[in-house]
Amino acid sequence: MNMTETVTETATHEESHDHPSDWDYVKIALLLGAITAVEVLTYFESAITVFENNAFTIASLIVMMVVKFYLVAMYFMHLKHDNSIFTKLFGGGLALATIVYIIALSAFEFWA
Amino acid sequence: MATATVDAAVDSHDEGGHDDHGTTTGISNTKLAMWVFLGSECLLFGGLISTYLLYKTNRGPGPENTVIPTDVFDIPFTSVSSFVLLMSSLTMVLALSALTRGDNPATRAWLLTTAMLGGVFIGGQVYEFTSFIREGVGFTHNPASSAFYTLTGFHGVHVSLGIVMLMSLYVASKQGKLQPKHTETVEIVGLYWHFVDVVWIFIFTVIYLIPVD
Repeated sequence: MNMTETVTETATHEESHDHPSDWDYVKIALLLGAITAVEVLTYFESAITVFENNAFTIASLIVMMVVKFYLVAMYFMHLKHDNSIFTKLFGGGLALATIVYIIALSAFEFWA
Repeated sequence: MATATVDAAVDSHDEGGHDDHGTTTGISNTKLAMWVFLGSECLLFGGLISTYLLYKTNRGPGPENTVIPTDVFDIPFTSVSSFVLLMSSLTMVLALSALTRGDNPATRAWLLTTAMLGGVFIGGQVYEFTSFIREGVGFTHNPASSAFYTLTGFHGVHVSLGIVMLMSLYVASKQGKLQPKHTETVEIVGLYWHFVDVVWIFIFTVIYLIPVD
């Protein structure tokens, strides 16, 4: 492989790692807004009968929260396109916090 | 030789190391520090959220009819505040995108919009706290209210600090001190702002929306 080919490959590679366009960001924000609207609907349980079931409501809310968290972290905070060390550092802090506080809540019999 | 050098760069890129900041890691130390800080902030907010979860129905030793935050939540109002903060993340990322293009007027407009949306969120929080106090939910009235005000108050302070940082960037841009070469500075402030947003995503669901038994 000569240098010209390699440089071209690098350029193509960089393009594929480009950050989303402004319109992509708007689309992500619209999706986030739509998810928030569904979350709020669960509060008005009469709007959607299925949300009268507490266990289903809680599970749905947690899934929607995780999706929103993922979208903001990956696209707005650029974790998807940035160096993976940042994902590891942030994910490490998040995982440590989750483990520590699940243990703490369990110690106080929160789940009982 | 030249091919080998470029190939090495490609390999480095494949591993995710496409930044070159002249540091031993090849990535910006400032940005690295911000991510470490944000990782540690997860532990701070994790502690505050866990404390609230433990005390959310604790009315304390006072009279049985003492009011706790869950009795007076105004979900439609808080939903609007949450939506405002969520949209501020969009305007923040558009500010960064505008600076990358070298479009300084657009950068200033988006920075100012982000700060204003943050201000609307803080205004909403002040209104919420004021109405809660009127309804009898004081900071020291019961463990549930103390945990609630501490958690949401800490988040509010973070948003306020973010507004100060955004306005500093706005002033710097007005003075011509914010150029495309300073993209990383805006990106780092943006990381902080988005983090404040993701924390609220968590708080809104866990504290406000998940039904209390």
